[in-house]
Amino acid sequence: MKVLVPVKRVIDYNVKVRVKADQSGVDLANVKMSMNPFDEIAVEQAVRMKEAGTVTEVVAVTLGAEQSQETLRTALAMGADRAIHVVHDGELEPLAVAKMLAKLVEEESPDMVILGKQAIDDDANQTGQILSGLLGWSQGTFVSKVEASDGGVKVTREVDAGLETVALKMPAILTVDLRLNEPRYASLPNIMKARKKEIAKKTPEELGVDTAPRLTIVKVEEPPKRQGGAKVGSVEELVSKLHNDVGVI
Amino acid sequence: MAILVYADHNNAELSTATLNAVTAANEMGGDVTVLVAGDGCDAVAAAAAKVAGVSKVLVAQDAALKDHLAENVAPLIAGMASGYSHIVAPATTNGKNIMPRAAALLDIQQVSDITEVVSPDTFVRPIYAGNAMATVQSTDAIKMVTVRSTSFDPAAEEGGSAAVEAVGGAADAGLSSFEGAALSDNERPELTTARVVISGGRGMQSGDNFAMLEEVADLLGAAVGASRAAVDAGYVPNDYQVGQTGKVVAPELYIAVGISGAIQHLAGMKDSKVIACINKDEEAPIFQVADLGLVADLFEAVPALKAELEKQGIQAR
Repeated sequence: MKVLVPVKRVIDYNVKVRVKADQSGVDLANVKMSMNPFDEIAVEQAVRMKEAGTVTEVVAVTLGAEQSQETLRTALAMGADRAIHVVHDGELEPLAVAKMLAKLVEEESPDMVILGKQAIDDDANQTGQILSGLLGWSQGTFVSKVEASDGGVKVTREVDAGLETVALKMPAILTVDLRLNEPRYASLPNIMKARKKEIAKKTPEELGVDTAPRLTIVKVEEPPKRQGGAKVGSVEELVSKLHNDVGVI
Repeated sequence: MAILVYADHNNAELSTATLNAVTAANEMGGDVTVLVAGDGCDAVAAAAAKVAGVSKVLVAQDAALKDHLAENVAPLIAGMASGYSHIVAPATTNGKNIMPRAAALLDIQQVSDITEVVSPDTFVRPIYAGNAMATVQSTDAIKMVTVRSTSFDPAAEEGGSAAVEAVGGAADAGLSSFEGAALSDNERPELTTARVVISGGRGMQSGDNFAMLEEVADLLGAAVGASRAAVDAGYVPNDYQVGQTGKVVAPELYIAVGISGAIQHLAGMKDSKVIACINKDEEAPIFQVADLGLVADLFEAVPALKAELEKQGIQAR
């Protein structure tokens, strides 16, 4: 079985985001960038399936600027076998990303695509679902457990009311949630080895996908600031303020 | 203009998040039609018909729709899209699962998790865990939108008298099957709609210690939530998680106990009206957003809080 794992280069989850003064977006200059944390979980899942013998090849994919290659190297150091980089400068919306992934699925014929459930930059939570719709494949979203079953796959999903289990026919798309696994850190020897692994380059034009955005960004602003920081000295004072002054209890 | 709202429900009750989505739809302007897709869900359709601001209810009932499988529901939505200017769903796990698949079938770029309707084609949505708010204008012929429930008041459950119409077109795509659910057995108010929420973090040290929070919650009629750290540590189930990728809450009062206040957690609760926190580390970032911060050992402060509430005779509203 072959697995495709799309990964995205995003602002590191620890970085304090700053909105640009001209309201055109978020300032990404000289900011630490990392692999989207949910995508690390996706890579880890694919690599574990390979280590368990159910997967024969793991192909990492990214779509983005030249520097996104670093994210692919991380995936390769974690254990992906090879990588594909669709080079594109500027924003890509989930629909365009999914269309390019669908083309790569046609070329690569994987049995499964494993993605993070959402990217922590645009917080859209769409790409896996769109890809499933475009391909007409089954979809298991927000997955916290994966088991093989009857030539298909059984997944446990984290939903608003708890957990649910769904059986999926192959080929399948999985989008992974936080509890699925704890991603490994790449070891130094594996980082060295990853430098020699193949990264094939492509362009959106070669894939025949129109990447023109459908959404126009009118402006990006800071959210309203909370005026916090006030302290109370005791539980009695806390209850008194909540009850008498603020009146919420 | 006509707007289609996908109703989230469990075949017995309409979710309150659907009421918030109806409000957002009405702000977009146009007659609101609610689609109830499920099986044995007549009561849900009847409830939807009574919601103020709903002019029509379409009910699609089929065994294939019972469990909200995206593979079966998305084609139904896509098949009825023409004739609508907007397709709206609450940003619940069902809405998030189904809507982008339907959007793919229609070649539409969905706008996720909106917090404000600026105009019929322009919406505000949080990005970067709510550390930036983007105003985006959709150029697609049909606008597909999911709605953050805490940002819109729920539509009144009574006051409407919409016609209910049965629709066909449901089919089993044969791609997936529902095996079962392990839903939290929780008698407390729902986290996303509770007036008061009390949440615990890594500082709680164990699942058993959450009993202390539950006792306070019972006094206040509050829901109990948790930070990612507490869920990852196995103290409480995943559906307790408040944050960027968990649930978003905006209660009248949010009490954070033993939660440091990572930006990913703040993303899920910083729109609460009043935030109180109890943490022994006075440098914890949670204090920067809290209106009332108490630097204290939670193992002393939480039982003391319970005792003080009882002493003052404060009860759930």
